[in-house]
This record gives sequence, structure tokens and C-alpha cells, in this order.
Amino acid sequence: MSRARMAAWIVLALILGPALAAGWIAPAPYHRQFREAIAAPPSADHPLGTDELGRDRLSRLLHATRVSLLLAPAAALLSTLLAAFAGASAAWLGRFPAGAHQVSSDLLLCLPWMFLLLTVRAALPLDVEPLASLVITFLLLGALGWAGPSRVVRAAAASLRNSDFLLLARAQGVAGWRLLSRHLMPALRPVLAAQFWTSIPLFILAEANLGILGLGVVEPLPSWGGLLKELENYSAIAENPFVLAPAALLLACVWAMHVLLARKERAA
Amino acid sequence: MRRLLVAAIAVWLSVPLGAQWGGTLRLCLRSEPKTLHPLEAAEESSETIRFLTSAALIRLNRASQQPEPDLAVSWKITDAGRRIRFQLREGVRFSDGTPFTAEDVAYTFDLLSAASLRSPVADSFRSPLGVLKTTVHSALAITIDFPAPVAGLDRRFDGLSILSRRSPLKEKAVLGPFLIAQHQPGVYFHLDRNPHYWKTAPAGRRLPYLDAVRLEIQTNRDTELLRLRRGEIHLINKIEPEHFLRLKGDMPKAPYNAGPSLEPEMLWFNMVPTAPLPAHKKAWFTSRPFRNAVSGAIRRDDLVRIAFQLLATPAAGPVSPANRFWFNKDLSPRRHDPAGSLRLLAKVGFRKQGPRLVSPSGQPVEFTLITNSGNKTRARMAALIQQDLAEIGIRVHLAPLDFPSLIERITRTFDYDACLLGQTNLDLDPNSQMNVWLSSSPNHQWNPSQPAPATAWEAEIDRLMRAQAASADPAERKRHVDRVQKIVFDEEPFVYLLYKNSLAASSGALAGVQPAVMFPQVFWNIDRIHFAKGAAGN
Repeated sequence: MSRARMAAWIVLALILGPALAAGWIAPAPYHRQFREAIAAPPSADHPLGTDELGRDRLSRLLHATRVSLLLAPAAALLSTLLAAFAGASAAWLGRFPAGAHQVSSDLLLCLPWMFLLLTVRAALPLDVEPLASLVITFLLLGALGWAGPSRVVRAAAASLRNSDFLLLARAQGVAGWRLLSRHLMPALRPVLAAQFWTSIPLFILAEANLGILGLGVVEPLPSWGGLLKELENYSAIAENPFVLAPAALLLACVWAMHVLLARKERAA
Repeated sequence: MRRLLVAAIAVWLSVPLGAQWGGTLRLCLRSEPKTLHPLEAAEESSETIRFLTSAALIRLNRASQQPEPDLAVSWKITDAGRRIRFQLREGVRFSDGTPFTAEDVAYTFDLLSAASLRSPVADSFRSPLGVLKTTVHSALAITIDFPAPVAGLDRRFDGLSILSRRSPLKEKAVLGPFLIAQHQPGVYFHLDRNPHYWKTAPAGRRLPYLDAVRLEIQTNRDTELLRLRRGEIHLINKIEPEHFLRLKGDMPKAPYNAGPSLEPEMLWFNMVPTAPLPAHKKAWFTSRPFRNAVSGAIRRDDLVRIAFQLLATPAAGPVSPANRFWFNKDLSPRRHDPAGSLRLLAKVGFRKQGPRLVSPSGQPVEFTLITNSGNKTRARMAALIQQDLAEIGIRVHLAPLDFPSLIERITRTFDYDACLLGQTNLDLDPNSQMNVWLSSSPNHQWNPSQPAPATAWEAEIDRLMRAQAASADPAERKRHVDRVQKIVFDEEPFVYLLYKNSLAASSGALAGVQPAVMFPQVFWNIDRIHFAKGAAGN
């Protein structure tokens, strides 16, 4: 294992470990407002200070990391599975599915997806729990994010269609689902893995964008997107540089995932 | 001799010391104006152009909040508010040199009466009882008769720009201090001084002091602030508390705080009988003790301190304390009293079950509070209210929505529990709020467009608002409006939270700026604003 990959794993572990233990190690509930300590600097009670509503920054950061880093891979998994299904179907099931895939993926890629997300999110029931709203947001990201990866999968599947090992399998009478699941999918696995890993940081950033627009994760549940909103107030950064902590974590995560992805891409 | 001396001192004092003639004042418009026709102006950008280029018969002094002569040197209201007679100023000319006469006033009212014209100023002069009539007595005297008594009649003329009947330039011939010289749509307006503007400085020279005003269209508030810091613009009419504080740190003399504005922040519950809400929620929202209990559980002081960094004032009712004449001084903001709220709720059958409040029919009390997304102060207010209400066991879900979705819900589908929003009041007179208070109005937000008042207190508000609108006696009107404020305070169809302060900013280069709470807050006296001696104005 290269040093860079080792460092990337360590960074991910250092970020994810405390986040998973947020319920035990956070100094305060993430939603509690200490109204006499508004935008307070770091102290023994609040190691990273408090935000504009007096909430402990460290507690919110730990919970936000857990939220963003658990749900982004789940959304990436969903979009990768959808991409695998759509791409493989388009490559294998004849002209009509291929045409339908072309049109639908073109359409989805042309759409201003941020506005689409805003519209769909706004159409949801109002009284959803913050956690449910979060899960729905990432589900939407996953459900709308398949178009790009599916084209890569389709190209890879089409190139495998006339490969020797598949011709041999067909000659031996293997067909249908068995051919797809036993022969094609294992051959596509590196491509799918690469798509999965590249989607994770994209979805983290997409949720951050939604958060900046005031949508996505509902208050008081924190997410990286919600925390990054504070960066709009640049004078707050000068007063408390720990405001930058979520941005630093996001950067570290994206870096670590790219380092880990580099090998996967080579393998693909 | 003594009188002469006093007059001389008065004239000397009224001359702005260090006044500099000339220069171009720069400021930003927040959007492209929808119209340049002064009688059709309905939104802030169009109103800004109208204000800078037009003159009215009577102007409201934004500092004293009193009407003052403008194109009319005097006026008299008779016939219990049905008739007003104006004596017009002599020697006034439009920007193209056409003389101003009573015929122009009559012509303006002809245009205003056109059924096709839809604008706030046209609506304010219309009556379902008939049309108004103008009688020109001479070149400088005119009477206007209204079909019914009009309350606060003289104040209504503040927004009415007078147009020329005879000028070939039509509405482009103006009587205000500036005229539009250049306009590049979506980019800028360049206004030059009106060479025929009638007001003069004490030494007799024609105002305004400034040579030109350049209005650049800038939608982004942060960029506008940045441009003020760089000295690229000289004024910002309205700034957010956060920007105010930031500016105060860097440019201590730039920000102005004119105190409470006319714009309240409030929340209300959906009381529409046909709303797609469960019956138990409808029962809560139409219950006065429930609304009072919610109101009493909110810490308004914390909203002011935390969400607005002390740049707001706790609210007691629908009239701002900045509205000196109409504000009911007997009312004070509801005190934070969670124990009192719980007692009030217990009286109507609500009870605490562990940390949660439970309704008389056994449901845990929770509701969703919608507000517009992207407004940071409002988001902070919502989060603070959420924790305040949690103290009495009410669970609040927050749902920030994009503005079109929010408007759709509060005006068409009525699919919401409660809403947190602000109200824009451009006028001091309570008549401007008739569309909010009449139960038949589509803007009667908690239960709009009622065929008949749903409650006795709404019927009483209807009666009082109509009575004050039909009276020309200020004392009688004040009594009615005070009573409306008291009913609203008791019933709380709107839970008034606070009044934002009127915040503006000006670069140090200017003198004569007197920020006020009414629009246009910072340049209402544009003809008196000038560059300080030695300041660069180009």
C-alpha cells in the first residue's frame, strides 16, 4: 500500500471514527442553544466555539460528519446500481432500450438538476422529520445522479458484448439473467466501483449546495452543507477560524476519496 | 432690526455649511424597473425612478411625518373629506420648459381614472361609490371632489406624480429634481439635473445640488456593500443587520440606524376552514388561548438580540412605534411567560405528558412552521422559536421553502400549519393596511377572502376599519385604529414578533443625508443632498 493511500485511509478513519461516536463524545446536544454564549470563541466548554445561535460547533460538526459521510455513500450506491441497470440494459437489450436510454439520459443531463431538486424537495410534505428529510434528499440525489455513470457503464458493457469470454459463455448455452449476473457484471465491477467512488464527493458537494440554498437537511439537524452556510459571513471567519472546520473536513474527505479512487480507476 | 437679525441668522443656519454644488451621486437599484410611467409604478425600482424624477402636489416630510406643500402652496379639505381645493405654485415649469398649470393636475386625474390603469396610486384614488371630479378654477386653482369621504386625503397625494397635458414629451416631461438622460436596460440609469426644477437654495440658486444621479442595477446585496466600501457607490437605501454591523466595524460613519422601521416580522396560524389540515389542528389554530400561549412562550428579546443583533424592536401589534401618530401607546410587547402559557393551555384542556404537550383530544402538539428559504435572519428566528416552544412541550418542524412555493401555499392551496414572514408597509396611514384587515380581502392572510366575517372580532375589525376610512376626523380615526390594535393584540391572528430597524448606509463623501423609516429612506430629500466640501463626486 502506497504512503498516499495509507494516509488517505487514516484521514478517513480519523474523520469517520469520531463521527460515528458523536452520540457519546459530543460535548452537548447538537440542537441545544446556549443563548448566553452566542458566536463564542473556543473555550473549555465549547472547544470549537459556538455558532450564531449559541450551539456547540464541535457537537454539530461531529453529527454533521456522520450524516454527510453515511448518506453520501448510500446515495452513490443507489445511483451506481441504477446506472448499472440502465447502462447494461441499453447495451444488451437491442435498439429500443438503447434509444430510450439515450433520450432519457440526454434529458436528465440537460435538465438544470439543482432546480429539479429544489422543485422536488419543495413538493415533499412539510412535516417530515429532519432525519427523513435528510434521507429523502440523498435518495433524490442518488435517483437523479445515474445518467452520467450509466453512459460509462453502457460503453463498457457494449465493448464487452462481443468479447471472447461472453461468446464462449453463450456458446455453452448461458443466457439471460445468468449471463448478466455471472459473466457481465463481474467484468463491469471495476467500472462500477470507479463510478461509486467518484459519486460520493459529488453528492457531498450537492448536499452542501442544497444546504447553502436553505434546502436539503432541515434545522436543527446539522450537515456539512448547513455548516458551510456560515462561510457566507467572512467576518465570522476572522473572529473564529474554526468556522472553516467543515470546509477543511470536506476537502480532506474529497482528497482521501480521490487518492483511493486513483487505484480503482487504474484497475478499471 | 431684531427681526431682521433673527431672519438673517435663520437663513445662515439653513445654508448647509460646506455644501458643494455638482457631482454624480451613485447608488444601486435592486432590479430593472418594471415601468417608467410614474402612474404605473408599483415596485421599489419603479418607485425609486418615480421619486427621483417626479413632483407631487403635497409631499410627506419623512423626518416629521407631516404633509408639506410641494407643487401646491396650500390646500383645504372640506365637505367632511369629500373635497380638496389646491392653490398651485406659480412659475413652475416641466423639464422641457412647458409651464405647469391646474390643467396638468386635471389631466393627471383623467389618466388616473382610466379603467385600464392598475397601480397602487390609481387604486388609492378609486372608490366603488363613483368617480372623482376635477374643477379647474384658474391656471393655479383646482378642486377635486370625491364620491365619498376620504380619510387622510392630503397624505394620499404624496405618491401622485403630476404629468403634463401639453408637453410633446408626455410623461417624460417631469417636475422632479432629475430627469432620465440615459438608460441601458439591465445595466444603469443616468439621471441629469432638471434645469427647471422649482426649488432653490437659500442663495437663490436652483436645486438640486447634484449634477446627476447614476443608478446601477445590482441584484446582489453583498456586491452592493462591497461597492460602497470601495467608494464606487455612495448610498444604500436598506441594509441587513449583519451588513450593518460589518460596515460599522470598517467604516464607522457609514451606517445609519433610523430606529424601528414600519416592517414587522410575524407568524400566523392557518385558520382557513377549507384548509387540508386535520380537524384537531384547525381546533388549535382557531383557539385564542392557543395562539396567546404560543405568543407568550416566545422570547422576543432573544429574537432581537440573537437574530437581529439588537437592531430590531420587540413588537406589540400591527402599527410600528415608528409610526408616531397611529401607534397605540397603551400596548407593549407580550412578556415571555412560559408558565403563564402553560396555565392558559391547561384551562382549555391541553396538558403536559412528560416533555410533550398533549391536546384535549390526546394528540401531541406539533406543527410545521414555513418560511422563505435564503433569509438568514428569518431562519435564525425560526430556530429560536423552535427551541422556545419546545420549552412548553410544543414540537415545531421547520420548513424553509422557495418563495413561489411558499406563496402558492399561503394564497392558493392553504396547505400549511403556520408561517413566519415579514410585512412591507410603505405608508404611515392605516388605510394602506385595509387589504390586510378586511375579512373579505385576499390578503387577510390567516383566513383570506371570507364571504362573511368568520368570528365576531373579525367583524368588529371590519367595522372599525371601514369607520376610520370613512371619517375625516383624525381623533375619531385614531380611536378606531387604537381599538383595532387592541383587538389584534388580544386575539393574535398575527403573532407580532418584532420590528426590524430601518438601516441604511452612506459613504462619508455625502452631506445632508437624513435617513427616515419611510421609503425612500435615505434619499427622500435628494434635492438637498450634496457632496461635502472637498469630496470627489465623479
